Amino acid sequence: MDKFLVHTGTAVPLRRSNVDTDQIIPAEYLKRVTRHGFEDGLFKGWRADPQFVLNQPQYDGATILVAGPDFGTGSSREHAVWALQDYGFKVVIAPRFADIFRGNSGKAGLLTAAVDQSVVEDLWARIEAEPSLPVTVDLDQQVIAYADQSAPFDVDGYVRWRLMEGLDDIGITLRYADDISAFESQRHSFLPTTR
Amino acid sequence: MGRTLAQKVWDDHVVRRAEGEPDLLYIDLHLTHEVTSPQAFDGLRSADRPVRRTDLTLATEDHNVPTIDIDRPIADPVSRAQVDALRANAAEFDIPIFPLGSVEQGIVHVVGPQLGLTQPGMTIVCGDSHTSTHGAFGALAFGIGTSEVEHVLATQTLPLKPFKTMAVTVEGDLPPDVTAKDIILAVIAKIGTGGGQGHVIEYRGDAIRSLSMEGRMTLCNMSIEAGARAGMIAPDETTFDYVQGRPHAPSGAEWDEAVEYWRSLATDDDAVFDTEVVIDASTLSPFVTWGTNPGQGLPLSASVPAPEDARDETERIAIERALEYMDLTPGTPLKDITVDTVFVGSCTNGRLEDLRAVAGILRGRKVADGVRMLVVPGSARVRLEAHSEGLDEIFRAAGAEWREAGCSMCLGMNPDKLEPGQRSASTSNRNFEGRQGPGGRTHLVSPEVAAATAVLGHLAAPADLS
Ligand code: SF4
Repeated sequence: MDKFLVHTGTAVPLRRSNVDTDQIIPAEYLKRVTRHGFEDGLFKGWRADPQFVLNQPQYDGATILVAGPDFGTGSSREHAVWALQDYGFKVVIAPRFADIFRGNSGKAGLLTAAVDQSVVEDLWARIEAEPSLPVTVDLDQQVIAYADQSAPFDVDGYVRWRLMEGLDDIGITLRYADDISAFESQRHSFLPTTR
Repeated sequence: MGRTLAQKVWDDHVVRRAEGEPDLLYIDLHLTHEVTSPQAFDGLRSADRPVRRTDLTLATEDHNVPTIDIDRPIADPVSRAQVDALRANAAEFDIPIFPLGSVEQGIVHVVGPQLGLTQPGMTIVCGDSHTSTHGAFGALAFGIGTSEVEHVLATQTLPLKPFKTMAVTVEGDLPPDVTAKDIILAVIAKIGTGGGQGHVIEYRGDAIRSLSMEGRMTLCNMSIEAGARAGMIAPDETTFDYVQGRPHAPSGAEWDEAVEYWRSLATDDDAVFDTEVVIDASTLSPFVTWGTNPGQGLPLSASVPAPEDARDETERIAIERALEYMDLTPGTPLKDITVDTVFVGSCTNGRLEDLRAVAGILRGRKVADGVRMLVVPGSARVRLEAHSEGLDEIFRAAGAEWREAGCSMCLGMNPDKLEPGQRSASTSNRNFEGRQGPGGRTHLVSPEVAAATAVLGHLAAPADLS
């Protein structure tokens, strides 16, 4: 995983709340057995509409998605995160995220920055007025800077550390293999096994 | 200070705790299926890591398997590739698997409890959000993403930050025809699809205690639809009776030891929940969703709401959008909404008790003209049990299609789908846009309401059958 420290890019205003993972990537894409190439399924249903924001050329090449509250609700599919990343997004900014989506994002290296609703509203308005507006997301300082504005964002401290270090979860845990073995030796004998 | 059920189960599974870090939690049971596991196994393979505890891992095929002609190769090449990948991975990593055609095959959340693998006090995970179902037994059970699946496969643990706790207390007696499904739809309508966020919900109160294990599973299943990580119910005699004698349940002295431990898990009287919600059971009635998220529900006797009823602008837009997608006009009585499809099944309502309830209503009646009804058992074993009770004959005689086990029309991933514009009454758990097939419109209901709706051709409660 690459280290995430500061990212600057242009942004897409997605004026919707409660964007569930079925909208981010429909179930049919879950049938793949690979880990990459999900950009074609991102917001599949909505992209059929030529007016949909991702179809507007002024937002081509954007790397930051700015959405309404409760982004990523619904199914736990991690493909939603992969689809956003495969499309090119590095950061999603929203007032509130669904828990599983947020967890999945942190592990995959997609930053979910939670900000006040007012910041999202302001970003939406400014990006729509000036689609090429550069937005800087500074994970070290935990601030989003754009135009003459800067706003703090919320991110879990542990996720932040891991993103900044570019660390893989399993590698971290396997350092505690002895602790796991010790725990296993004391589990209740009545617990079931699948054999 | 006392601890809640969730906190006790959590504390008993902490492998490692360190200041400023998530707890490392041991996982007692890891269920896998064909959709969310291939990339996890891919990850293990490329890092050359084995599965730590194959004996605490189980695989079953459910999401994209067909529910007819299961002895033929799966027609859709992509579905077949996923199922083949699961079988190959199970063989390579030595994981027990129930393939299509096996007597234990079925929806992962139906299979675990049925085999007695789901027991109180356990930690259970699966790459599927409805893992919350298993919380009905007093297990801490929650859905995880694919990289967490890989993590559990490799380490049998997960690094996690403690969840907050919420009590949803349903006091008093349930009126007739009000089921677990109606309770949970009412809870979600009350607290919203984000209301349980970050929490484990513990369901308490007389009305909850009176539910069967099946009803409790329905309830916990949809906790995720209220935004919660998990739902739980303290284990009691109903739980023990259900578990006892199942293939993987403890027996003899171990049974007694287990029950003693399980009893100790109940929330202490002086424990404090982060959030509390109280519902009076007597106010509940059969519930149905009208919109495109599970929180957009109302009593069946109500009418389609208007955007003006919204509490704020965000909600107003959400209502407007939902009405447009659902093709509904404000003020229409919900009971006037006609459907062309009725789906009975899923991990929410695809167990034997659900099928019995539907059969009880369909017995001697016919599915309305122009309505297609699918009855899909949650597992191959549920199917066998239904056969032994003759339920399949009742379904067929009524004109319903009786299928093999699987997720079926709960999600648009297998051949059972709604066509664009079709409208269903469905016992599943999600009414998102396109969930049952692109352009399909879903009304979430209980099995009883599904059956009455099938007979009358419009949304209806059993009482409407007279
Ligand atoms: S029945 Fe539906 S909700 Fe349950 S596991 Fe299958 S697809 Fe998911």
